[in-house]
Amino acid sequence: MSEFLISITPIDWLLDPLTHDFMRRALMVSALVGGVCGLLSCYMTLKGWALMGDAVSHAVMPGVVVAYALGLPFSLGAFVFGVGSVALIGFVKQKSRIKEDTVIGLVFTGFFALGLVLVSKIKSNIDLMQILFGSPLGISRSDVNQTLIISFIVISILLIFRKDLMLYCFDAKHARSIGINTGILHYLLLTLLSLSAVVGLQTVGIILVVAMLITPGATAYLLTDRFDQMTLLAVISSSFSSVLGVYISYWSDIETGGSIVLVQTLIFLIAFLFAPRYGIFKNQSLIKND
Amino acid sequence: MNPIFKSHEKDFMRIEADQVCVDYNGTVALYDASLNLKAGSICGLVGMNGAGKSTFFKALMGFVRPSRGKIRINGIKVNQAQKEQSVAYVPQNEGIDYSFPVSVWDVVMMGRYGAMNIFRIPRESDRRAVVHALERVDLLDLRERPIGSLSGGQRKRAFLARAIAQRASVLLLDEPFSGVDVPTEKLMAELFLQFRQEGHTILISTHDLNHVRDFCDFVVLINKTVLAYGETSEVFTSENLNKTFGGIPPNPLSGPTSSKDFVNE
Repeated sequence: MSEFLISITPIDWLLDPLTHDFMRRALMVSALVGGVCGLLSCYMTLKGWALMGDAVSHAVMPGVVVAYALGLPFSLGAFVFGVGSVALIGFVKQKSRIKEDTVIGLVFTGFFALGLVLVSKIKSNIDLMQILFGSPLGISRSDVNQTLIISFIVISILLIFRKDLMLYCFDAKHARSIGINTGILHYLLLTLLSLSAVVGLQTVGIILVVAMLITPGATAYLLTDRFDQMTLLAVISSSFSSVLGVYISYWSDIETGGSIVLVQTLIFLIAFLFAPRYGIFKNQSLIKND
Repeated sequence: MNPIFKSHEKDFMRIEADQVCVDYNGTVALYDASLNLKAGSICGLVGMNGAGKSTFFKALMGFVRPSRGKIRINGIKVNQAQKEQSVAYVPQNEGIDYSFPVSVWDVVMMGRYGAMNIFRIPRESDRRAVVHALERVDLLDLRERPIGSLSGGQRKRAFLARAIAQRASVLLLDEPFSGVDVPTEKLMAELFLQFRQEGHTILISTHDLNHVRDFCDFVVLINKTVLAYGETSEVFTSENLNKTFGGIPPNPLSGPTSSKDFVNE
Protein backbone atom coordinates (compact mmCIF):
# COMPACT_ATOMS: atom_id res chain seq x y z
CA MET A 1 0.00 0.00 0.00
CA SER A 2 2.70 2.46 0.99
CA GLU A 3 4.71 1.65 -2.15
CA PHE A 4 1.59 2.26 -4.15
CA LEU A 5 1.08 5.63 -2.43
CA ILE A 6 4.58 6.76 -3.32
CA SER A 7 4.23 5.78 -6.93
CA ILE A 8 1.09 7.82 -7.68
CA THR A 9 1.21 11.43 -8.85
CA PRO A 10 -0.82 14.19 -7.15
CA ILE A 11 -3.06 14.33 -10.20
CA ASP A 12 -3.86 10.64 -9.85
CA TRP A 13 -4.34 11.16 -6.14
CA LEU A 14 -7.04 13.70 -6.94
CA LEU A 15 -8.62 12.08 -9.98
CA ASP A 16 -8.55 8.37 -9.26
CA PRO A 17 -11.28 8.47 -6.57
CA LEU A 18 -13.54 10.36 -8.98
CA THR A 19 -13.79 7.28 -11.20
CA HIS A 20 -15.94 5.66 -8.52
CA ASP A 21 -19.60 6.54 -8.29
CA PHE A 22 -19.65 6.26 -4.49
CA MET A 23 -16.65 8.59 -4.15
CA ARG A 24 -18.14 11.27 -6.39
CA ARG A 25 -21.23 11.13 -4.22
CA ALA A 26 -19.23 11.17 -0.99
CA LEU A 27 -17.15 14.15 -2.08
CA MET A 28 -20.15 16.15 -3.23
CA VAL A 29 -22.12 15.45 -0.06
CA SER A 30 -19.12 16.18 2.18
CA ALA A 31 -18.41 19.50 0.48
CA LEU A 32 -22.05 20.52 0.76
CA VAL A 33 -22.46 19.39 4.36
CA GLY A 34 -19.17 21.10 5.23
CA GLY A 35 -20.45 24.32 3.72
CA VAL A 36 -23.80 24.21 5.51
CA CYS A 37 -22.29 23.40 8.90
CA GLY A 38 -19.49 25.91 8.34
CA LEU A 39 -21.97 28.70 7.65
CA LEU A 40 -24.01 27.89 10.75
CA SER A 41 -20.91 27.48 12.90
CA CYS A 42 -20.32 31.26 12.70
CA TYR A 43 -23.59 31.90 14.51
CA MET A 44 -22.94 29.09 17.01
CA THR A 45 -19.52 30.43 18.03
CA LEU A 46 -20.64 34.08 18.14
CA LYS A 47 -23.77 33.28 20.12
CA GLY A 48 -21.84 30.97 22.47
CA TRP A 49 -23.94 27.93 21.63
CA ALA A 50 -21.23 25.27 21.38
CA LEU A 51 -22.75 23.25 24.21
CA MET A 52 -26.18 23.62 22.65
CA GLY A 53 -24.75 22.25 19.40
CA ASP A 54 -23.31 19.30 21.25
CA ALA A 55 -26.63 18.68 22.98
CA VAL A 56 -28.82 18.84 19.91
CA SER A 57 -26.52 16.68 17.82
CA HIS A 58 -26.55 13.93 20.45
CA ALA A 59 -30.25 14.25 21.17
CA VAL A 60 -31.22 13.41 17.57
CA MET A 61 -30.03 9.81 18.08
CA PRO A 62 -33.33 8.24 19.21
CA GLY A 63 -35.10 10.10 16.40
CA VAL A 64 -32.84 8.52 13.81
CA VAL A 65 -33.44 5.05 15.24
CA VAL A 66 -37.22 5.44 15.46
CA ALA A 67 -37.41 6.86 11.94
CA TYR A 68 -35.40 3.94 10.54
CA ALA A 69 -37.59 1.48 12.37
CA LEU A 70 -40.78 3.07 11.04
CA GLY A 71 -39.40 3.44 7.54
CA LEU A 72 -39.58 7.24 7.64
CA PRO A 73 -36.88 9.59 6.37
CA PHE A 74 -34.39 9.59 9.23
CA SER A 75 -33.98 13.38 8.97
CA LEU A 76 -37.60 13.73 10.06
CA GLY A 77 -37.05 11.72 13.23
CA ALA A 78 -33.81 13.52 13.96
CA PHE A 79 -35.46 16.88 13.49
CA VAL A 80 -38.34 16.09 15.83
CA PHE A 81 -35.99 14.92 18.57
CA GLY A 82 -33.54 17.78 18.01
CA VAL A 83 -36.22 20.43 18.45
CA GLY A 84 -37.85 18.36 21.20
CA SER A 85 -34.63 18.28 23.21
CA VAL A 86 -34.31 22.05 22.94
CA ALA A 87 -37.90 22.54 24.09
CA LEU A 88 -37.30 20.16 26.99
CA ILE A 89 -34.11 21.99 27.99
CA GLY A 90 -36.04 25.26 28.04
CA PHE A 91 -38.89 23.71 30.03
CA VAL A 92 -36.70 22.09 32.70
CA LYS A 93 -34.64 25.24 33.07
CA GLN A 94 -37.74 27.38 33.52
CA LYS A 95 -39.47 25.05 35.96
CA SER A 96 -36.55 24.18 38.21
CA ARG A 97 -33.65 25.86 39.97
CA ILE A 98 -31.05 23.90 38.00
CA LYS A 99 -28.55 25.92 35.97
CA GLU A 100 -28.73 25.82 32.20
CA ASP A 101 -25.48 23.97 31.43
CA THR A 102 -26.47 21.22 33.84
CA VAL A 103 -29.89 20.93 32.22
CA ILE A 104 -28.31 20.76 28.77
CA GLY A 105 -25.91 18.01 29.84
CA LEU A 106 -28.68 16.12 31.56
CA VAL A 107 -31.15 16.22 28.68
CA PHE A 108 -28.76 15.35 25.87
CA THR A 109 -27.16 12.39 27.63
CA GLY A 110 -30.64 11.13 28.50
CA PHE A 111 -31.73 11.31 24.87
CA PHE A 112 -28.49 9.75 23.69
CA ALA A 113 -28.88 6.87 26.14
CA LEU A 114 -32.45 6.34 24.94
CA GLY A 115 -31.08 6.14 21.39
CA LEU A 116 -28.53 3.49 22.38
CA VAL A 117 -31.17 1.43 24.15
CA LEU A 118 -33.53 1.68 21.17
CA VAL A 119 -30.82 0.54 18.75
CA SER A 120 -30.15 -2.56 20.80
CA LYS A 121 -33.83 -3.35 21.25
CA ILE A 122 -35.40 -2.59 17.89
CA LYS A 123 -34.76 -5.41 15.46
CA SER A 124 -33.68 -3.80 12.25
CA ASN A 125 -30.69 -3.42 10.02
CA ILE A 126 -29.61 -0.14 11.62
CA ASP A 127 -25.88 0.00 11.80
CA LEU A 128 -25.00 1.66 15.09
CA MET A 129 -21.52 2.45 13.88
CA GLN A 130 -22.92 4.28 10.89
CA ILE A 131 -25.02 6.56 13.10
CA LEU A 132 -22.27 7.16 15.61
CA PHE A 133 -19.42 7.71 13.17
CA GLY A 134 -21.06 8.55 9.86
CA SER A 135 -20.24 6.97 6.55
CA PRO A 136 -20.11 9.35 3.62
CA LEU A 137 -18.51 6.63 1.48
CA GLY A 138 -21.57 4.43 1.90
CA ILE A 139 -24.22 7.10 1.53
CA SER A 140 -27.30 6.00 -0.39
CA ARG A 141 -29.04 7.84 -3.19
CA SER A 142 -32.11 8.65 -1.06
CA ASP A 143 -29.87 9.99 1.69
CA VAL A 144 -28.19 12.22 -0.88
CA ASN A 145 -31.58 13.63 -1.85
CA GLN A 146 -32.49 14.32 1.77
CA THR A 147 -29.17 16.03 2.31
CA LEU A 148 -29.67 18.21 -0.77
CA ILE A 149 -33.13 19.31 0.34
CA ILE A 150 -32.15 20.07 3.94
CA SER A 151 -29.00 21.88 2.86
CA PHE A 152 -31.00 24.01 0.46
CA ILE A 153 -33.46 24.94 3.24
CA VAL A 154 -30.74 25.78 5.76
CA ILE A 155 -28.68 27.84 3.33
CA SER A 156 -31.72 29.76 2.06
CA ILE A 157 -32.91 30.66 5.56
CA LEU A 158 -29.41 31.63 6.66
CA LEU A 159 -28.99 33.88 3.63
CA ILE A 160 -32.39 35.54 4.00
CA PHE A 161 -32.08 36.15 7.75
CA ARG A 162 -28.32 36.68 7.71
CA LYS A 163 -28.45 40.24 9.06
CA ASP A 164 -31.24 39.61 11.54
CA LEU A 165 -29.50 36.58 13.01
CA MET A 166 -26.21 38.47 13.16
CA LEU A 167 -27.94 41.32 14.99
CA TYR A 168 -29.63 38.81 17.30
CA CYS A 169 -26.24 37.33 18.22
CA PHE A 170 -24.62 40.75 18.66
CA ASP A 171 -27.29 42.78 20.45
CA ALA A 172 -30.62 41.05 21.00
CA LYS A 173 -31.95 43.97 23.03
CA HIS A 174 -31.54 46.37 20.15
CA ALA A 175 -33.16 43.85 17.83
CA ARG A 176 -36.17 43.73 20.12
CA SER A 177 -36.33 47.48 20.56
CA ILE A 178 -36.66 48.03 16.81
CA GLY A 179 -39.56 45.61 16.62
CA ILE A 180 -37.78 42.43 15.47
CA ASN A 181 -39.29 39.28 17.00
CA THR A 182 -36.25 37.79 18.71
CA GLY A 183 -38.25 34.84 20.04
CA ILE A 184 -38.80 33.68 16.48
CA LEU A 185 -35.11 34.22 15.66
CA HIS A 186 -34.12 32.16 18.71
CA TYR A 187 -36.19 29.18 17.61
CA LEU A 188 -35.24 29.67 13.98
CA LEU A 189 -31.58 29.37 14.92
CA LEU A 190 -32.29 26.26 17.03
CA THR A 191 -34.23 24.71 14.13
CA LEU A 192 -31.33 25.40 11.78
CA LEU A 193 -29.04 23.81 14.34
CA SER A 194 -31.15 20.64 14.41
CA LEU A 195 -31.27 20.49 10.61
CA SER A 196 -27.52 21.02 10.31
CA ALA A 197 -26.84 18.35 12.90
CA VAL A 198 -28.95 16.01 10.77
CA VAL A 199 -26.92 16.61 7.62
CA GLY A 200 -23.66 16.74 9.55
CA LEU A 201 -24.11 13.33 11.10
CA GLN A 202 -24.14 11.79 7.61
CA THR A 203 -20.50 12.60 7.07
CA VAL A 204 -18.93 12.57 10.52
CA GLY A 205 -21.55 10.87 12.70
CA ILE A 206 -23.36 11.95 15.83
CA ILE A 207 -20.33 11.98 18.10
CA LEU A 208 -18.25 14.34 16.01
CA VAL A 209 -20.91 16.49 14.37
CA VAL A 210 -20.47 19.20 16.99
CA ALA A 211 -16.98 19.78 15.58
CA MET A 212 -18.54 20.62 12.23
CA LEU A 213 -20.78 23.11 14.03
CA ILE A 214 -18.09 25.03 15.91
CA THR A 215 -14.56 24.47 14.57
CA PRO A 216 -14.90 26.30 11.22
CA GLY A 217 -16.51 29.28 12.94
CA ALA A 218 -13.80 29.38 15.59
CA THR A 219 -11.07 29.21 12.93
CA ALA A 220 -12.62 32.01 10.87
CA TYR A 221 -13.16 34.11 13.99
CA LEU A 222 -9.39 34.17 14.56
CA LEU A 223 -8.75 35.39 11.02
CA THR A 224 -11.01 38.38 10.53
CA ASP A 225 -12.94 41.26 12.10
CA ARG A 226 -15.63 41.24 9.43
CA PHE A 227 -18.75 39.15 9.76
CA ASP A 228 -19.15 38.54 6.00
CA GLN A 229 -15.51 37.48 5.68
CA MET A 230 -15.92 35.25 8.69
CA THR A 231 -18.83 33.36 7.12
CA LEU A 232 -16.94 33.02 3.85
CA LEU A 233 -13.77 31.75 5.53
CA ALA A 234 -15.75 29.31 7.67
CA VAL A 235 -17.55 27.86 4.65
CA ILE A 236 -14.32 27.53 2.64
CA SER A 237 -12.30 25.95 5.46
CA SER A 238 -15.14 23.61 6.37
CA SER A 239 -15.80 22.41 2.82
CA PHE A 240 -12.09 22.10 2.14
CA SER A 241 -11.45 20.00 5.24
CA SER A 242 -14.43 17.78 4.47
CA VAL A 243 -13.23 17.07 0.93
CA LEU A 244 -9.60 16.62 1.99
CA GLY A 245 -10.70 14.38 4.85
CA VAL A 246 -12.61 12.12 2.46
CA TYR A 247 -9.60 11.90 0.12
CA ILE A 248 -7.25 11.02 2.97
CA SER A 249 -9.74 8.49 4.25
CA TYR A 250 -9.95 6.90 0.79
CA TRP A 251 -6.22 6.61 0.22
CA SER A 252 -5.12 5.58 3.69
CA ASP A 253 -8.19 3.55 4.61
CA ILE A 254 -8.91 5.43 7.83
CA GLU A 255 -12.22 6.33 9.44
CA THR A 256 -13.78 9.16 7.40
CA GLY A 257 -15.44 11.20 10.15
CA GLY A 258 -12.30 11.25 12.22
CA SER A 259 -10.26 12.17 9.19
CA ILE A 260 -12.50 15.16 8.33
CA VAL A 261 -12.60 16.52 11.86
CA LEU A 262 -8.85 16.03 12.30
CA VAL A 263 -8.15 18.11 9.18
CA GLN A 264 -10.50 20.78 10.54
CA THR A 265 -8.73 20.78 13.88
CA LEU A 266 -5.33 21.09 12.18
CA ILE A 267 -6.55 24.11 10.22
CA PHE A 268 -7.78 25.62 13.47
CA LEU A 269 -4.37 24.99 15.06
CA ILE A 270 -2.63 26.76 12.20
CA ALA A 271 -4.96 29.76 12.64
CA PHE A 272 -4.50 29.63 16.40
CA LEU A 273 -0.73 29.83 16.00
CA PHE A 274 -0.28 32.04 12.96
CA ALA A 275 -3.43 34.19 12.51
CA PRO A 276 -2.10 37.63 11.52
CA ARG A 277 -3.88 39.53 14.27
CA TYR A 278 -5.13 37.02 16.81
CA GLY A 279 -2.66 34.12 16.56
CA ILE A 280 -0.09 33.21 19.21
CA PHE A 281 2.69 34.34 16.88
CA LYS A 282 0.82 37.39 15.67
CA ASN A 283 2.33 39.96 13.41
CA GLN A 284 3.40 42.69 15.83
CA SER A 285 3.67 45.37 13.15
CA LEU A 286 0.01 44.81 12.29
CA ILE A 287 -1.01 45.48 15.87
CA LYS A 288 1.12 48.59 16.19
CA ASN A 289 -0.19 50.12 12.99
CA ASP A 290 -3.69 49.92 14.30
CA MET B 1 -31.19 66.47 11.11
CA ASN B 2 -34.79 67.39 10.52
CA PRO B 3 -36.94 65.52 12.94
CA ILE B 4 -40.07 64.27 11.29
CA PHE B 5 -41.82 63.52 14.50
CA LYS B 6 -45.54 63.34 14.53
CA SER B 7 -46.11 66.09 16.99
CA HIS B 8 -44.18 69.18 17.85
CA GLU B 9 -46.71 70.46 20.33
CA LYS B 10 -45.01 71.39 23.51
CA ASP B 11 -47.14 69.30 25.77
CA PHE B 12 -47.20 66.22 23.60
CA MET B 13 -46.48 63.24 25.86
CA ARG B 14 -43.77 60.94 24.58
CA ILE B 15 -43.73 58.56 27.54
CA GLU B 16 -46.79 57.81 29.64
CA ALA B 17 -46.64 55.18 32.36
CA ASP B 18 -49.75 54.78 34.44
CA GLN B 19 -49.59 52.80 37.70
CA VAL B 20 -47.29 50.18 36.26
CA CYS B 21 -46.72 47.02 38.30
CA VAL B 22 -44.24 44.31 37.38
CA ASP B 23 -43.67 41.09 39.20
CA TYR B 24 -41.41 38.15 38.48
CA ASN B 25 -42.96 34.84 39.55
CA GLY B 26 -44.84 36.47 42.38
CA THR B 27 -42.03 38.75 43.58
CA VAL B 28 -42.95 42.39 43.17
CA ALA B 29 -40.19 44.31 41.40
CA LEU B 30 -42.12 47.52 40.80
CA TYR B 31 -45.54 48.81 41.83
CA ASP B 32 -47.68 51.82 40.99
CA ALA B 33 -44.96 53.47 38.94
CA SER B 34 -46.36 56.44 37.06
CA LEU B 35 -44.47 58.83 34.84
CA ASN B 36 -45.31 61.37 32.14
CA LEU B 37 -42.60 62.81 29.95
CA LYS B 38 -43.33 65.36 27.28
CA ALA B 39 -41.53 65.95 24.03
CA GLY B 40 -38.21 67.70 24.40
CA SER B 41 -37.18 66.66 27.87
CA ILE B 42 -34.28 64.89 29.51
CA CYS B 43 -35.10 62.77 32.51
CA GLY B 44 -32.89 60.83 34.90
CA LEU B 45 -34.07 57.55 36.37
CA VAL B 46 -32.26 57.17 39.68
CA GLY B 47 -32.25 54.36 42.20
CA MET B 48 -30.12 51.72 43.83
CA ASN B 49 -29.32 48.42 42.18
CA GLY B 50 -32.32 46.15 42.63
CA ALA B 51 -34.65 49.10 43.24
CA GLY B 52 -36.63 48.35 40.10
CA LYS B 53 -34.79 50.84 37.91
CA SER B 54 -33.90 48.36 35.22
CA THR B 55 -37.30 46.69 35.56
CA PHE B 56 -38.99 50.01 34.80
CA PHE B 57 -36.63 50.42 31.86
CA LYS B 58 -37.45 46.95 30.58
CA ALA B 59 -41.16 47.65 30.92
CA LEU B 60 -40.78 50.84 28.87
CA MET B 61 -38.94 48.85 26.20
CA GLY B 62 -41.58 46.14 26.22
CA PHE B 63 -39.16 43.46 27.47
CA VAL B 64 -41.34 42.66 30.48
CA ARG B 65 -45.10 42.83 30.52
CA PRO B 66 -46.59 44.82 33.39
CA SER B 67 -48.98 42.79 35.51
CA ARG B 68 -51.04 45.94 35.95
CA GLY B 69 -51.08 49.48 34.58
CA LYS B 70 -50.35 50.67 31.08
CA ILE B 71 -47.53 52.24 29.14
CA ARG B 72 -47.82 54.44 26.07
CA ILE B 73 -45.00 55.75 23.88
CA ASN B 74 -46.05 58.65 21.65
CA GLY B 75 -49.61 57.79 22.60
CA ILE B 76 -49.48 54.22 21.27
CA LYS B 77 -48.59 50.82 22.70
CA VAL B 78 -44.92 50.02 23.22
CA ASN B 79 -44.70 47.27 20.61
CA GLN B 80 -46.42 49.50 18.05
CA ALA B 81 -44.02 52.33 18.85
CA GLN B 82 -41.10 49.94 18.36
CA LYS B 83 -42.38 48.92 14.94
CA GLU B 84 -42.47 52.62 14.04
CA GLN B 85 -38.83 52.90 15.12
CA SER B 86 -39.78 55.42 17.80
CA VAL B 87 -37.71 53.88 20.61
CA ALA B 88 -33.94 53.64 20.56
CA TYR B 89 -32.01 51.81 23.22
CA VAL B 90 -28.40 52.68 23.99
CA PRO B 91 -26.89 49.77 25.93
CA GLN B 92 -24.40 49.80 28.77
CA ASN B 93 -20.86 49.32 27.54
CA GLU B 94 -20.67 46.18 29.67
CA GLY B 95 -23.63 44.58 27.93
CA ILE B 96 -21.96 44.20 24.54
CA ASP B 97 -19.58 41.59 23.14
CA TYR B 98 -16.82 43.81 21.76
CA SER B 99 -14.92 40.98 20.12
CA PHE B 100 -17.83 40.54 17.70
CA PRO B 101 -16.61 40.88 14.12
CA VAL B 102 -18.43 44.09 13.15
CA SER B 103 -17.15 47.52 12.19
CA VAL B 104 -18.34 50.87 13.55
CA TRP B 105 -20.21 51.38 10.28
CA ASP B 106 -21.97 48.00 10.68
CA VAL B 107 -23.08 48.87 14.20
CA VAL B 108 -24.55 52.24 13.22
CA MET B 109 -26.22 50.64 10.19
CA MET B 110 -28.05 48.33 12.62
CA GLY B 111 -30.05 51.41 13.60
CA ARG B 112 -31.53 51.38 10.09
CA TYR B 113 -32.54 47.69 10.01
CA GLY B 114 -36.05 48.38 11.24
CA ALA B 115 -36.68 50.74 8.32
CA MET B 116 -35.34 48.29 5.71
CA ASN B 117 -37.08 45.37 4.00
CA ILE B 118 -36.63 41.77 5.16
CA PHE B 119 -33.23 41.34 3.46
CA ARG B 120 -31.88 44.42 5.26
CA ILE B 121 -30.19 45.78 2.16
CA PRO B 122 -29.16 49.40 2.80
CA ARG B 123 -30.47 52.01 0.39
CA GLU B 124 -28.80 55.30 -0.38
CA SER B 125 -30.96 57.02 2.25
CA ASP B 126 -29.81 54.52 4.89
CA ARG B 127 -26.16 55.15 4.03
CA ARG B 128 -26.74 58.91 4.24
CA ALA B 129 -28.38 58.50 7.66
CA VAL B 130 -25.37 56.51 8.89
CA VAL B 131 -22.85 59.05 7.56
CA HIS B 132 -24.85 61.86 9.16
CA ALA B 133 -25.07 60.04 12.50
CA LEU B 134 -21.34 59.27 12.49
CA GLU B 135 -20.59 62.93 11.77
CA ARG B 136 -22.70 64.03 14.72
CA VAL B 137 -20.72 61.87 17.14
CA ASP B 138 -17.41 62.64 15.42
CA LEU B 139 -16.63 59.05 14.44
CA LEU B 140 -16.77 59.22 10.64
CA ASP B 141 -13.00 58.74 10.32
CA LEU B 142 -13.13 55.55 12.38
CA ARG B 143 -16.06 53.97 10.51
CA GLU B 144 -14.02 51.07 9.10
CA ARG B 145 -12.52 50.10 12.46
CA PRO B 146 -13.69 46.98 14.31
CA ILE B 147 -15.97 48.04 17.17
CA GLY B 148 -13.67 46.31 19.66
CA SER B 149 -10.69 48.52 18.76
CA LEU B 150 -12.44 51.67 20.02
CA SER B 151 -11.99 53.26 23.43
CA GLY B 152 -14.81 53.26 25.98
CA GLY B 153 -15.92 56.75 25.03
CA GLN B 154 -15.79 56.01 21.31
CA ARG B 155 -17.85 52.86 21.82
CA LYS B 156 -20.50 54.85 23.64
CA ARG B 157 -20.54 57.37 20.77
CA ALA B 158 -20.94 54.56 18.23
CA PHE B 159 -24.08 53.33 19.99
CA LEU B 160 -25.40 56.89 20.27
CA ALA B 161 -24.85 57.18 16.52
CA ARG B 162 -26.91 54.03 16.06
CA ALA B 163 -29.77 55.65 17.96
CA ILE B 164 -29.40 58.83 15.86
CA ALA B 165 -29.42 56.80 12.63
CA GLN B 166 -32.62 55.13 13.81
CA ARG B 167 -34.28 58.57 14.04
CA ALA B 168 -36.14 57.54 17.16
CA SER B 169 -38.07 60.14 19.13
CA VAL B 170 -37.55 58.39 22.46
CA LEU B 171 -34.04 57.48 23.61
CA LEU B 172 -33.45 55.12 26.52
CA LEU B 173 -29.90 55.22 27.82
CA ASP B 174 -28.55 52.68 30.29
CA GLU B 175 -25.69 54.04 32.44
CA PRO B 176 -24.44 56.29 29.64
CA PHE B 177 -21.74 57.96 31.72
CA SER B 178 -19.83 54.90 32.83
CA GLY B 179 -16.49 54.50 31.15
CA VAL B 180 -16.62 57.65 29.00
CA ASP B 181 -13.78 60.11 28.61
CA VAL B 182 -14.03 63.88 28.94
CA PRO B 183 -14.35 64.68 25.20
CA THR B 184 -17.16 62.13 24.90
CA GLU B 185 -18.91 63.59 27.92
CA LYS B 186 -18.76 67.06 26.37
CA LEU B 187 -20.05 65.72 23.09
CA MET B 188 -22.88 63.93 24.87
CA ALA B 189 -23.84 67.12 26.71
CA GLU B 190 -24.08 68.98 23.39
CA LEU B 191 -25.95 66.15 21.70
CA PHE B 192 -28.49 65.88 24.50
CA LEU B 193 -29.24 69.60 24.28
CA GLN B 194 -29.68 69.31 20.51
CA PHE B 195 -31.94 66.28 20.94
CA ARG B 196 -34.09 68.21 23.38
CA GLN B 197 -34.32 71.11 20.94
CA GLU B 198 -35.40 68.72 18.20
CA GLY B 199 -38.20 67.37 20.38
CA HIS B 200 -36.64 64.08 21.45
CA THR B 201 -37.30 62.71 24.89
CA ILE B 202 -34.34 61.14 26.66
CA LEU B 203 -34.60 58.84 29.65
CA ILE B 204 -31.32 58.10 31.40
CA SER B 205 -31.06 55.21 33.84
CA THR B 206 -28.15 55.83 36.20
CA HIS B 207 -26.92 55.87 39.76
CA ASP B 208 -24.59 58.73 38.95
CA LEU B 209 -26.04 61.73 40.80
CA ASN B 210 -23.55 64.33 39.58
CA HIS B 211 -24.37 63.74 35.97
CA VAL B 212 -28.09 63.73 36.66
CA ARG B 213 -27.74 67.20 38.13
CA ASP B 214 -25.76 68.41 35.13
CA PHE B 215 -27.73 66.81 32.32
CA CYS B 216 -31.33 66.23 33.36
CA ASP B 217 -34.33 68.56 33.45
CA PHE B 218 -36.39 66.02 35.34
CA VAL B 219 -35.62 63.27 37.79
CA VAL B 220 -37.50 60.14 38.77
CA LEU B 221 -36.41 58.59 42.05
CA ILE B 222 -37.14 54.88 42.23
CA ASN B 223 -37.32 52.44 45.09
CA LYS B 224 -39.80 49.71 44.13
CA THR B 225 -42.09 52.56 43.08
CA VAL B 226 -41.76 56.17 41.99
CA LEU B 227 -40.79 57.97 45.22
CA ALA B 228 -40.51 61.42 43.75
CA TYR B 229 -40.74 62.86 40.30
CA GLY B 230 -40.37 66.38 38.99
CA GLU B 231 -37.89 69.05 38.01
CA THR B 232 -34.37 68.20 39.07
CA SER B 233 -33.91 71.23 41.32
CA GLU B 234 -37.09 70.44 43.27
CA VAL B 235 -36.71 66.69 43.54
CA PHE B 236 -33.03 66.50 44.38
CA THR B 237 -33.39 67.12 48.09
CA SER B 238 -31.43 65.23 50.70
CA GLU B 239 -34.71 63.98 52.17
CA ASN B 240 -35.77 62.44 48.86
CA LEU B 241 -32.35 60.97 48.25
CA ASN B 242 -32.45 59.49 51.73
CA LYS B 243 -35.66 57.70 50.88
CA THR B 244 -34.27 56.51 47.57
CA PHE B 245 -31.06 55.12 48.93
CA GLY B 246 -32.67 53.65 52.04
CA GLY B 247 -30.90 55.53 54.82
CA ILE B 248 -27.42 55.25 53.35
CA PRO B 249 -27.58 58.41 51.28
CA PRO B 250 -24.79 59.51 49.06
CA ASN B 251 -23.91 63.11 49.80
CA PRO B 252 -26.07 65.01 47.33
CA LEU B 253 -23.50 67.77 47.00
CA SER B 254 -20.31 65.82 46.36
CA GLY B 255 -22.03 62.62 45.25
CA PRO B 256 -19.53 60.00 46.41
CA THR B 257 -21.34 57.19 44.61
CA SER B 258 -20.79 58.81 41.29
CA SER B 259 -17.28 60.09 41.84
CA LYS B 260 -16.15 56.68 43.01
CA ASP B 261 -17.64 55.05 39.96
CA PHE B 262 -16.04 57.63 37.80
CA VAL B 263 -12.60 56.92 39.18
CA ASN B 264 -13.14 53.20 38.78
CA GLU B 265 -13.81 53.54 35.10
